[in-house]
Amino acid sequence: MKCRKCGKAAAIELRRHNTAFCADDFLGFFQDQAREAIRKWKMFSKKDRVLVAVSGGKDSLALWDVLLMEGYTTAGLYIDLGIWEYSAESRQKAEAFAAERGAKLIVEEVRENLGAAIPEISFNTRRPTCSACGLSKRYIMNRAALDGGFSAVATGHNLDDETATLLGNVLHWKGDALARQAPVLPSTHEKLVRRVKPFFRISERETAAYALLRGIDYIMEECPFAKGASSLTYKDVLNRLEAESPGTKHNFFFTYLAKMRPVFAAADRVGLRECVRCGQATTSELCAFCKLTDEVAANRQRKGR
Amino acid sequence: MKVFYRMENRTVELTGRRRVQDLLRELGVIPETVLVIRGKELLTADAVVEDGDEIELRRVISGGMV
Repeated sequence: MKCRKCGKAAAIELRRHNTAFCADDFLGFFQDQAREAIRKWKMFSKKDRVLVAVSGGKDSLALWDVLLMEGYTTAGLYIDLGIWEYSAESRQKAEAFAAERGAKLIVEEVRENLGAAIPEISFNTRRPTCSACGLSKRYIMNRAALDGGFSAVATGHNLDDETATLLGNVLHWKGDALARQAPVLPSTHEKLVRRVKPFFRISERETAAYALLRGIDYIMEECPFAKGASSLTYKDVLNRLEAESPGTKHNFFFTYLAKMRPVFAAADRVGLRECVRCGQATTSELCAFCKLTDEVAANRQRKGR
Repeated sequence: MKVFYRMENRTVELTGRRRVQDLLRELGVIPETVLVIRGKELLTADAVVEDGDEIELRRVISGGMV
């Protein structure tokens, strides 16, 4: 197989684009995809300060790498979930990445923000662990961005993440989620910082290849709580479809963005207000994060801990 | 050849030349879910692997929710 651009031996084949690239031209293609996403969706500009949420995994570190190379003003945000060795190792990867590049890394701990780490939340609430973890991360990201005066939070969500979420939203007909899922989640309240996903055009396999070719040292172990997560089942189903029909994931997500999302968005108008306790933006009197904090505290008290 | 499954930390041994796409089919691995690596080289589906090669299958799918 030959590189489409230079004719040298290809390192990676991209079946959904019906093409293949050598290592150097793939890196160029990859950066172009991110650049195109940022430009077309007006995610941010060189004047903005961007907070990059990094987990120590391939996607977020690859994203920070691309943004640093493109000359954006960034800081990383690592959220320590307190998940035993997994968090210790992923934190070390994020810190090493930042130190090697002389980039600023902010570290926040779920335990300090919520009063308990993810394992304790998992054992003390009825919420699925990934859901409580996602809620906590989104809350901490937003608050860190507000406190630090950042104009956007960038996350490493890729095409596989987006299509898996979309499949879950469709299977359960989550109208509110289908109205909002997008590469840019705009600031609809003064206390809600814009969230952007510059890798939404890029597959998970491509970010892994980018990280490998760029020599990025990332955590390869899976989060111990992700075992059995529905997102993994959806990804598996989508990758089986993709193997039979390349381009399935791309078509699914891009057609949703172009044709279906506007339909759901028109039917869903939600007003935001400030949480009476913490002041963050929410749709109800008490935000979901504060409710989770209460649930953890109440269960802890009930169990006498 | 030795095929190392990075995520599961296990190795299987196979003999005989074959293309990467045939290797993956034989092992029941969906191509979109892995990188196939020999040394520092990424391999495409039509690349040939053979006895003496040390191949790494690096799973690229991660779960959870943000």
